[in-house]
Amino acid sequence: MSQIHLETLDAILEKHQCDPSQVIAIMQDIQKEYHYLPESALCYTARKLGISDAKIYGVATFYENFSLEPKGKYVIKVCDGTACHVRKSVPILEEIRKQLNVTEKKPTTDDMLFTMETVSCLGACGLAPVCTVNDHVYPAMTPEKAREMIREIRRKEGLDA
Amino acid sequence: MSEIKRINTRAELEQKREHFIQCLATQDKQILICGGTGCVAGGSLKIYDRLKELMEERDIACTVQLEEEPHDHSIGLKKSGCHGFCEMGPLLRIEPMGWLYIKVKVEDCEDIIEQSILGDQVVDRLVYRDKDGTPYQRQDDIPFYKQQTRVALEHCGHINAESIREYIAMGGYSAVAKALFDMTPEGIVKEISEAGLRGRGGGGFPTGKKWEQVLRQPGPEKYVVCNGDEGDPGAFMDRSMMEGDPHRVLEGMIIAGIATQAHQGYIYVRAEYPLAVERLSMAIDQARQRGLLGKNILDSGFDFDIHISQGAGAFVCGEGSALTASIEGNRGMPRVKPPRTVEHGLFDSPTVLNNVETYCNVAPIIQKGAAWYKTIGPENNHGTKAFALTGNVNNTGLIEVPMGTPLRKVIFDIGGGVKDGEFKAVQIGGPSGGCLCLSATEDHLDMHLDFDSLKKVGAMIGSGGLVVMNDKSCMVEVARFFMNFTQNESCGKCVPCREGTKRMLEILTDITEGRGTLEHIKLLEELSSTISETALCGLGKSAPSPVSSTLKYFRDEYLAHVVDKKCPAGQCKALVTLQIDPELCRGCTKCARLCPVGAISGSVKQPHVIDTHKCIKCRACLDGCSFGAVKEV
Repeated sequence: MSQIHLETLDAILEKHQCDPSQVIAIMQDIQKEYHYLPESALCYTARKLGISDAKIYGVATFYENFSLEPKGKYVIKVCDGTACHVRKSVPILEEIRKQLNVTEKKPTTDDMLFTMETVSCLGACGLAPVCTVNDHVYPAMTPEKAREMIREIRRKEGLDA
Repeated sequence: MSEIKRINTRAELEQKREHFIQCLATQDKQILICGGTGCVAGGSLKIYDRLKELMEERDIACTVQLEEEPHDHSIGLKKSGCHGFCEMGPLLRIEPMGWLYIKVKVEDCEDIIEQSILGDQVVDRLVYRDKDGTPYQRQDDIPFYKQQTRVALEHCGHINAESIREYIAMGGYSAVAKALFDMTPEGIVKEISEAGLRGRGGGGFPTGKKWEQVLRQPGPEKYVVCNGDEGDPGAFMDRSMMEGDPHRVLEGMIIAGIATQAHQGYIYVRAEYPLAVERLSMAIDQARQRGLLGKNILDSGFDFDIHISQGAGAFVCGEGSALTASIEGNRGMPRVKPPRTVEHGLFDSPTVLNNVETYCNVAPIIQKGAAWYKTIGPENNHGTKAFALTGNVNNTGLIEVPMGTPLRKVIFDIGGGVKDGEFKAVQIGGPSGGCLCLSATEDHLDMHLDFDSLKKVGAMIGSGGLVVMNDKSCMVEVARFFMNFTQNESCGKCVPCREGTKRMLEILTDITEGRGTLEHIKLLEELSSTISETALCGLGKSAPSPVSSTLKYFRDEYLAHVVDKKCPAGQCKALVTLQIDPELCRGCTKCARLCPVGAISGSVKQPHVIDTHKCIKCRACLDGCSFGAVKEV
């Protein structure tokens, strides 16, 4: 588990005046910092806000954007909204999973380089099908383009594709 | 940057407006680059930077922000909101000529500056051409735009989305002034009621009635909430409005505050829309600096402020009571009603909750009056509606048409027809909506798109996602897709939705994978009616709609799946058989080598054959064949 800096957490809590109704915004800031929600950070936050561990765990697990597991360096999101779906997003999804050797249950590669997720709609339906890598949008994707995209990232990381 | 002064009175607002109009007039030409999510993804910001660089190199006076003081003649360069024609992005508009350039690339910038800015010529290759090759220089002449009526999207794509000065120059915040000084709260509610404005988020509840109920509640703790949690896949109207004209949303909310005597507002924006959050935050800061938000607005004694609350990815938060629970920092789960949100909403106080598009319609109604608004759209369904036109359609994008516009006009005249095939159906209203179709027995193409007409055929306008599907789409698969979405997003509070949608998804998966029986279809119908009668919230109640509506209009397709074990559209992989066309096969043996289960046999230079009993339908042969001889039947 990565190191939790209490000063960082205190600064985030301070920014939201330790207000329990701000718990979602606080967790968003924590996730921005660590790319996931470390258990110890959640317990610390719960104590500071005066709410129970169960309550904060309940909120954290309710919302899809929060992750209790560390994510890879590159988070690939494949849009499977209606518009992307009818313009054939599934073959792209399958190709990326095949390339990365990941599944729906195990979305992160062992080397912690990639995490593969599906999202319901990124709102860029005009460019369907789309996928994003760390919020950079790749428009009008095909399985071939997806392969090239992964190869490109691996090259950048000094790995042989 | 000149100092930003607070606007203290209504007279000062009018002076400022005159002043900003004059400032705008010093811009001889304006380049508006679409800064909507779609065009940004297509590289529009690089084009913006390149144009700026080119103008600096050529010593062309260029204004990127409308300044406080008038300046010398210059060229305005700005990032606007979504122009709507997303299929053709990145888009660039040149004013005052009204030219629209499509699919602009960084390399085109030089010609744009030389020919259209320094000269007065159109860059011909960047102009939109229809199927027949007819060029359209002016945006307003393009069929896609010509047939629209823009009220909520009036400024979207026409002004710098990040400038309160431009918004004021366009008449912005004058409706707030009118509401504050010329009208009583009751008068505002009456005007909105008379205009017949109905909620644009899906339900179509009369907005005036909602406001009246909140006004009647005792204060002082009341809230105005804006629902920007546009979770329907395939819908992006609200996002475009928040990104393209954020002040319009704020103005609508302030007027709602005046009408209901509330002093706090919240905008709930889904986390997937970072640009909308950025633009709204900027707009709120600007409005506060100008004194249009905060204490004693325009010296009227009325206080109002707005906060942004970000979602964290839960579709159910689009439901009123779930949304308020989420703003309070809880799990976003709906609760039993009554009491309604108008009585016990946010922090247990009376709350006005409307969607983004509804608020965008408020300022024009106050400014131009209910009588004007009623001239648009049919009785009981007044005004316009924005739609996100997506899927298998030629002109994907954001459109706004009068309520009651026939579907045919939207898909064929504005949308430019169906892409890669024939029209089969359109899914309207997202996971809560239904299908409109063209089949042997039904023809919905002349259907009028408004609340009441759609209700009659079991569909709903929803928030306004219109996904067009061609004859290659399998409706059973589409129903399974929506059920998968709803099941994923079910909050789990009530049994009918939590368990019912799961069972429906299992049945639909069985059908698409060839394990379906006739019993399954009956069971689906039974589950549909049970869930819609017993689920706790509106989203649960409407969850079976995509299934019941496809069952109604595409029963043949379901039967083909369960009885004949065939997918007529050829989409359900498990139901497709692969065959080799002996005419096209050259006997190269590649497919036989590729097949992982040895299902293909044949000798060299002789047509090969697939043994369908051995075939696992992996499609390795199909992808590998160089002669296109492997076919799905």
